[in-house]
Amino acid sequence: MKLLEQNVKTIMEECKVRARGAGLKFDDESLEYIVTNQDMIELSPKGMISTMYNYWVNDVEILKGKGQYKLYPHNPFETVINSRPAISYYNDNNPDWMNIMIFYHVLGHIDFFQNNILFEHTWKDDFVGQALADKRLIEKFRSNYGRWVDYIIEFSRGIDNLVGYFTKLAKMNLPKNMNPTPKLDYYFSEFLEKEINAPITEFYKEIDRFNKLLESNSLIAEQIFFSDIKKIYPEFESKFERFTAIYSEQYIDIIEFIRDNSPFLKKDGNDWMRAVMNIVRDTAMYFAPQIRTKTINEGWASYWHDTMFRSDDRISGYESEYAVLNSMVTSLSRVGYNPYAIGLRLLQYVEYLGDTGKITWDFQKIHNAELRESYDSKKKEGKQYLFDVRTNFSDLMLINTFIDQDFVDFHNLFVVGQRIDPQRGKMQYYVKSRKADDYKKMIINNMYHPPYIKVDLSKTNDSLLYLKHHFEGKQLYKQYIPETLMGIEFLWQGNNSNALIQLETTEIIPKRDNNGEILSLEYRPVLYTMKDRKLSKRNL
Amino acid sequence: MNDNRSIEEKLNKELYKLIQNEQLHSDDEHQFLEAINFKFTDDYSLRLQTIEDLLDRDEQREKDGFPRRIKLGKIVKQNKESNQVVIVPTTHEPKFYHDDSYTEEDKMGGAGEGEEGEVIGETPLDPQEGEGEGQGAGQGGGGENHEVISNAFDLGKVLTEKFNLPNLKPKGKKKSFSKYIYDLTDRNRRFGQILDKKETLRRIVKTNIILGNIEPGEEVDTAKLLMNPNDAVYRIMSPEKDFETTAVVFFLRDYSGSMQGKPTECITSQHLFIYSWLMYQYNQNVQTRFILHDQSAKEVPDFYTYHNSNVAGGTNVYPAFELVNTIVNEEQLARDNNIYVFYGTDGDDWDSDGRKTLNEIDQIFTYVSRMGITIAKNSWGGSGLTTVEKYIQNSGILTSRPDLIRLDSFPAAETDENRLIEGIRKLVEEKVR
Repeated sequence: MKLLEQNVKTIMEECKVRARGAGLKFDDESLEYIVTNQDMIELSPKGMISTMYNYWVNDVEILKGKGQYKLYPHNPFETVINSRPAISYYNDNNPDWMNIMIFYHVLGHIDFFQNNILFEHTWKDDFVGQALADKRLIEKFRSNYGRWVDYIIEFSRGIDNLVGYFTKLAKMNLPKNMNPTPKLDYYFSEFLEKEINAPITEFYKEIDRFNKLLESNSLIAEQIFFSDIKKIYPEFESKFERFTAIYSEQYIDIIEFIRDNSPFLKKDGNDWMRAVMNIVRDTAMYFAPQIRTKTINEGWASYWHDTMFRSDDRISGYESEYAVLNSMVTSLSRVGYNPYAIGLRLLQYVEYLGDTGKITWDFQKIHNAELRESYDSKKKEGKQYLFDVRTNFSDLMLINTFIDQDFVDFHNLFVVGQRIDPQRGKMQYYVKSRKADDYKKMIINNMYHPPYIKVDLSKTNDSLLYLKHHFEGKQLYKQYIPETLMGIEFLWQGNNSNALIQLETTEIIPKRDNNGEILSLEYRPVLYTMKDRKLSKRNL
Repeated sequence: MNDNRSIEEKLNKELYKLIQNEQLHSDDEHQFLEAINFKFTDDYSLRLQTIEDLLDRDEQREKDGFPRRIKLGKIVKQNKESNQVVIVPTTHEPKFYHDDSYTEEDKMGGAGEGEEGEVIGETPLDPQEGEGEGQGAGQGGGGENHEVISNAFDLGKVLTEKFNLPNLKPKGKKKSFSKYIYDLTDRNRRFGQILDKKETLRRIVKTNIILGNIEPGEEVDTAKLLMNPNDAVYRIMSPEKDFETTAVVFFLRDYSGSMQGKPTECITSQHLFIYSWLMYQYNQNVQTRFILHDQSAKEVPDFYTYHNSNVAGGTNVYPAFELVNTIVNEEQLARDNNIYVFYGTDGDDWDSDGRKTLNEIDQIFTYVSRMGITIAKNSWGGSGLTTVEKYIQNSGILTSRPDLIRLDSFPAAETDENRLIEGIRKLVEEKVR
């Protein structure tokens, strides 16, 4: 691994000037390294962060990657990491002209990392530096506590996909006066609904009453409001106090809750474990936006390498090579999902909609097909919309907002169905649907979405950690439940377990006919209990 | 990488070694080194663990009360010239994930022409895994490819050492090979590595007899003896042809229709492991022969064909063993080799009393070192004994010749890599447990 030669760095700097001219925004500093394929294989399990802590699972992945490379050599062109300064890696096999195109692609990524609000929590720190400090700390722990450090890493990583990433983002920009006071919040969202089962009309009546008080006397509205309530529900105050006693600690995810409340971690000499958990959690937080912006980020970078390189005079002589390379990267797959292709086309579609004014309400209320097709406000606001989308959208939002029938028709997209042809012993792939709704649903269903699991505070105490999975139509992957719960049990109670770890979730039981075809699905709430590393399950 | 960097790297490695060996005890020194040159712990490649390290860690996990995590997987590449297999470790990180098996029918999108309902492509139904975990039926590799051999050797080493598979005792049949070892076998006068005292003394006596310093019948006065430099005889290092034990292994499997899916996966994976283990035991001097059978038997040239062939035929077991006997007799293999026969089946045989099969097995007993039969039962077969199990047990050979034949049977659907390795142990162990 070595830094870019000075003359190539100069080319990169020129690209920066032109990219800025086109409207991209990024820090002045960036670091570029030339790397070999071997370097890439060794770095990729660590998310390309060379300063990331060592962990045996990464070593397994590296050995596997090397084996894979023996049989299937491949040349990734580049990788960019979201650090300050932004670091990018270039394959030592890239020819110079290709690197110019790749610079534009990389600048697209850097612009995305530094402006898309899903990355906001990473803007103030350099993760590479933080990772180095974390790595040293972990090495120090390893020399003191040996393999137990790796167990803590492992068990923390077992729940690191449940980090409260969106909660953290939401809290960052929430204006202080947005939230109602805890008492009001409790009254409306807990007390009325759960304690006295008030009908919905009562609920609206109460909101109305409060709003009127607020209009007439904003300073003491709440005081007056609750003095009336005390008369009707004398038990309100004590219930509210009990509620706050349980829920006063604000935690945003399971790792954090266990870190702060586990009886095992609170024991003398176990402090270091909390530090390790924190490192795992921070790392997961750092990577959380990347997996949720793969399509839009690659689409954005591809949009810019195409726009910028085609208008760059240094393309001359390499036009056909570029065309081949570009279509390798960004062509739609006959079968399969290529995030570069779909991302790029969606962004081009956004630009088209903006240029013709088709994002506006004026357009959306037209139902006549001919008028819709010929509609053009000539506003040319496409670029502006593009930058807005880059700043505010994730993959889910991009896909959910902009995949419509026009888009699906224009690019000939479809949902692929599979069926078995028993006579010929083949699996057939066929065009199942060309409806935009089906296509959108298929993509969204396949997107990254970890389960939503929270600690049920009302049932949890030192000897019971009660986790509740909020069912969203998909059951948990059963094979991994025992080991994940075993890890949580260790974090909660260590080796001498007197405690229970319980997980409330919902299982799907398919009902089949005689041919094995699924007739219907039954949803069954179940409770898993982990004690002394043994798992049991019962129906709820 | 430039020169400066590599010097720096060497230095770092040395420093790292020092610290590893705990020659530097104090924290201060550690911190000092860290301060002047923090890179010694930052070079990510320095800490990369080998498969052996990782398996040691896995063993420790079990002692600590946690399940093992590392599996040996194989990555397979198939093309016309060669079939390559690379053995790699694999693992998974258990977390709470959504399971889409019931709730999500469509997993793929596409683009291009085609009416709704139109078929746009097809693939064969047989599992075609490119990469898989231990028991996955990959696309196997040919025996003549060096890469397969060296990797299988590595895997065999790992299997023997880490999974405590027994070591084989060679049965004494030896064959010279074009491999040399170096030993102090040649003699040379005047110089060499070790003085051959006896021979030197003999020569001195001879010389002095000629010179007349020693008379027959008289006492020798050693002070009078003269020594010619040529009398000094030394032993010197010289290449010697080595003698090694060799083995011929027959892999036999049922490839009839009933074997499709899990039973085939189990058998082929187990046979790959056995092959690897023998490669290690016999230091790569293993010849392999592959035989497939349904109603009739045929020999196939390589592991790949052995692994991937599937046919919907009936089942007769005896032709496979008959073919083994024919090959061994025609090629006189028994004279110079240890012979192993491993047979895998789901236990089905049209010949329900197994008379013909048992006859062939009796013949095999005259030369075989060990015969191992694996029965990977189909889930729909019920829990009772399969046909093959029945007649082999009834014949009593398992108890009368436990040195020559072993049988292992398990339900294919519930079998994982560890069970397969446990199975190998049962098949090849010296003593019955």
